[in-house]
This record gives sequence, structure tokens and C-alpha cells, in this order.
Amino acid sequence: MSLTDKDKAAVKALWTKISKGADAIGADALGRMLIVYPQTKTYFSHWPDLKAGSAPVTKHGKKIMAGVAQAVAKIDDLTSGLLDLSELHAFQLRVDPANFKILAHCLQVVIATMYPNEFTPEAHVALDKFLSNLALALSEKYR
Amino acid sequence: MVEWTEQERSIITSIFSNLDYEDVGPKALSRCLIVYPWTQRYFASFGNLYNADAIKTNPNIQAHGTRVLHGLDRAVKNMDNIKSTYAELSVLHSEKLHVDPDNFKLLADCLTIVIAAKMGSGFTPEMQATFQKFLAVVVSALGRQYH
Repeated sequence: MSLTDKDKAAVKALWTKISKGADAIGADALGRMLIVYPQTKTYFSHWPDLKAGSAPVTKHGKKIMAGVAQAVAKIDDLTSGLLDLSELHAFQLRVDPANFKILAHCLQVVIATMYPNEFTPEAHVALDKFLSNLALALSEKYR
Repeated sequence: MVEWTEQERSIITSIFSNLDYEDVGPKALSRCLIVYPWTQRYFASFGNLYNADAIKTNPNIQAHGTRVLHGLDRAVKNMDNIKSTYAELSVLHSEKLHVDPDNFKLLADCLTIVIAAKMGSGFTPEMQATFQKFLAVVVSALGRQYH
């Protein structure tokens, strides 16, 4: 399910509307994920505070969204555009790729709560495809 | 047996008592057909599903979306017995409708998104966790009688 030109345009259009709120989106999505999918907390046992709104969660949410921004910029070639992040996730973080889907879902829920008018079904399908392809690019180096 | 806390029960009844079925049902079903187009396979007799606008304005889809959402009422009223409450509907979806049970999760995710859009910041992580737990139990019950 690769990205068509229409998908890319839709993702870029949505990103233009939501990018100013990217930090808040990232923090909310990550905090939400840790609560709704408690098994994901296993990756953050080194953090002093896993509560929504805490400093580590907020900081990390921002970091994640910087990665998403990088992906939007490299939307024409996600595999090479996200090579460094793929190596990070494959060799250092070793996050089970199933979790990418979980975070993608939480991101979409948060975008729906914050931008209900912009997150139309048409924007949703494009973003869902984009996040799937992003996850695929992130898992490129896994094996 | 699924255990529900008092808080979880109250969250579920609160979400459903404030629900505009005629709005949310059609929105969830049409979003599912647009975001996951292979789900359109079950609606060949519904008329024009050619593009997103056609899906969103299709009266058969709207009626069916409302109907499906009301189908969840049974689970809300029988939270301690969702598995047996949906035994008959599970057989229907398997034997008559031939719906791949993986599709139930897709619709559940779209319903979550639509409710999130309606409730905005009111859709807290705790509400999301409870709502998704509820839908997961429904989805499991609906897939139970497949063989």
C-alpha cells in the first residue's frame, strides 16, 4: 500500500495544519499510549515518571514528532530518509515493530481530538498509509 | 469473565448516553469504508461507494451505520455477559454475512476516532482505555462463534 501522489499531498496538507501543535500532539499521544497500552511501559523503565504530562514524557513526545516531521520531509523516499532512525530502533532501542502500529493509532486519536475538522476520512486514510509506511521504513534494518 | 470496575462501567454508560447515534454511526461506518477500502466488499448491494463523497452521502450506509451502533447497546446493557449476548450475532456474521473477523477491529478503531473527534480533550486516556477495552470485548464476542 505505497503512497500515491494524492496521499503525499494530503499528508503534507494535514501536516501544515497540525505541525504547530506537534509537540502537544506527541506528548499527548505518548502519554496516552503508556496508559492505554501498559505493555509499552516496558521500554521506559529507566524513566522516573511515566505519567501523562510528566517531563520525560513531554520531552520524548517532542522527539518523536521531530521524527515524524523528518518523515514528512522525506516522504518521497522514506526508507533512505529514515535510515538513521531505523538503525537506532533496530540496533539500540530494539522496539518490537508491533508497537509502531500502537503509537500510530494513538497519534491519530490525538489528532482527531485536537483537529476534528481537519482529520476527515480522506486525511485519515492518507495519514494511516503514511504512518504504516513510516513504520516499515523504521523496521527496515531490523533483520 | 471480564472484570469491570465501577469507573469503567460509568465511563461506558456515560459515553453511550451522550451519543448521537444517527451522527456517530454513519460517520464510523463510512470512515471505515474509506480508510480501509477492502471492507467495501461486504456492501456490494448498497449502491454507489465509488469515492469518499459517495460513501459519506450513501443513505444505505447511513442507515446501516446507525443500526450497527445500536447493536452495541446490547453490550452496554449486559456488560457482564457480552460473550453470550453476542452469540447469535456472531453466528450471523460468520454463517450468513461471511465477515472476516479482523474487520471488526478496523470498525472499532474508526469508531474510537469518531468518538475522539466528538469529545475532543474530554476523551481522556482513561476514557480511551476503557472504551477500547469495551470494544475489544465486543470484537472478541463477535468472533467467538466462527469455526
